[in-house]
Amino acid sequence: MGKVVLKLGKDISTDDIYPGRFMATVLPTETPQFCFHDRTEFNAQLKAKTIPAGSVIVADENFGCGSSREQAVSTIRGHELVIVARSIARIFLQNAINLGLNLVICPTIEAESGDELELVSGRVLNRTSGREFATEPLPPARQAIVDAGGLIPYTRKKLLELPAR
Amino acid sequence: MGMTVVEKILAAAAGAKAVKALDIVEPRVDLAMSHENAALVINQFNEIHQGTGREPKPWDPDRIAIIFDHRVPAEGPKTATNQKLIRGFVARHGIAKFHDIRGDLGGICHQILPERGYVRPGFVVVGTDSHTTSHGALGCFAFGIGATEMASVWTLGVALNIEVPPTIKVVVSGRFQEHVGPKDLILHLIGRLTAQGANFRVLEFHGDTIAAMSTSGRLTICNMSVEAGATGGIVPADAETERYLRQEAGVTGPLARVRPDDDAVYERVVEVDVSRLEPQIACPHTVDNVKPIGEVAGKAVQQIVIGSCTNGRLDDLEIAAGILKGKQVAPGTRMLVFPASGRIYSQALEAGYLQEFMRAGAVVMNSGCGPCLGIHQGALGDEEVALATTNRNFKGRMGNPRSEVYLCSAAVAAASAITGVITDPRSGGR
Repeated sequence: MGKVVLKLGKDISTDDIYPGRFMATVLPTETPQFCFHDRTEFNAQLKAKTIPAGSVIVADENFGCGSSREQAVSTIRGHELVIVARSIARIFLQNAINLGLNLVICPTIEAESGDELELVSGRVLNRTSGREFATEPLPPARQAIVDAGGLIPYTRKKLLELPAR
Repeated sequence: MGMTVVEKILAAAAGAKAVKALDIVEPRVDLAMSHENAALVINQFNEIHQGTGREPKPWDPDRIAIIFDHRVPAEGPKTATNQKLIRGFVARHGIAKFHDIRGDLGGICHQILPERGYVRPGFVVVGTDSHTTSHGALGCFAFGIGATEMASVWTLGVALNIEVPPTIKVVVSGRFQEHVGPKDLILHLIGRLTAQGANFRVLEFHGDTIAAMSTSGRLTICNMSVEAGATGGIVPADAETERYLRQEAGVTGPLARVRPDDDAVYERVVEVDVSRLEPQIACPHTVDNVKPIGEVAGKAVQQIVIGSCTNGRLDDLEIAAGILKGKQVAPGTRMLVFPASGRIYSQALEAGYLQEFMRAGAVVMNSGCGPCLGIHQGALGDEEVALATTNRNFKGRMGNPRSEVYLCSAAVAAASAITGVITDPRSGGR
């Protein structure tokens, strides 16, 4: 992990992460340009590539609520950002696991913009404040998909176990 | 140990005798629905097959439904080209449950599925749209998934690694006051539960109010269950479900009636008495910021929207046309009406509702998602306020982060169109 580059409140919607008016753009290679589009300053930094890979977005509860649009995940993943949130809305969490977005559920996380975070044996260490926060493991049903490297390789493996049609 | 409705549906679909909350299952999918985002599904579907030597053919084209609704007619060349690509896929694989941009067969996916009898009690339904929860109104377990997960379903015919969600039982009693209805109930409930109160859970609806509610109203409450974070909302199938599917959707053949066991295990029970419920308004910028209408009445609005998968059905249009009869849309306010499907459009035309809207000064648009998701048709200007019967009011939802969206029923929307300010329909639009 790295430095907190954006600190967000609760109930951050997929419309905030990836506004609906860009939904005609679907390919993961094209979605990163619209990441948090209406937070114009942050979007400009992303586009200028001044934010290093591994930088962290810290969010309160229910991050990614709303739409099932997968662009909301691919747009963040495209910039190789890490999400540390107190809780995550179901469809976003599922999409994130399916696409291999780096995220950590950390129910008590406290961090400010500019803080340096590190993941140390299952705990988030805030190097700036010196405090540690427990993380929540992913639901066991999800871990198999993570271990396979995402839903595409996982499904591919299952497909090859089936007799050819 | 008894089972909830969703536990019974998932047990049957997974070939298990019984399941309980948090078990992991791989249910077979009865219907897999997508809209324009099928373009991304196709991309991911092809990627799954890459290097496998297997031909990318969907497991069962009869169980796939694709409906164009989010951007119809296309707002630009990108969407139009995506739609063209999807048409090619549909033709190649013989997908019959395809609804193109048409006045007769088209409409919003969450209206088309029930109206055409594609969803039935006991089904497992997945859709690449969060409001797929709508179809729980017909007694099925229906939930939203992303495009990659849909590509996986198209490949295997099952939903992989599904955790059986715990169920919250919602018992609703009492008779609604005049001009108060299902939309007010679900907004009130979301306000109580909060936007994440039902995350990873199912809302199972019961009580005399639900028993007396039409399928249209049930679609409204199941549709918005996701706004409390719910994986699904469900009304266990009953006589009304069968009436709707037989009479309105023209379904023949046997229909399952999956009901929960008397000793089913619920995470908790929430009770709501609607007899004194007032019209409810969800205020910017979260759906759980819900207030009784008295607290926001008088707020000036520039755009009224009646439509969407939440409240664009014939009964909504009937209520709105009744309130607008003989009245005019206020100067300085514009009113847009989007019937939820071509069939509803025709019915509203025959019933004279559309004529009433036009005479009053409203603009009647084609069926589709319209301004609800802020892509085209009805974007808001800076500092403008919309009052809409749609389902989300997130910042920027109606195309402009410098605008505001309030959510309400069709009755409130129509009464407010006349005055130009948020108005309690019980006062007769004065």
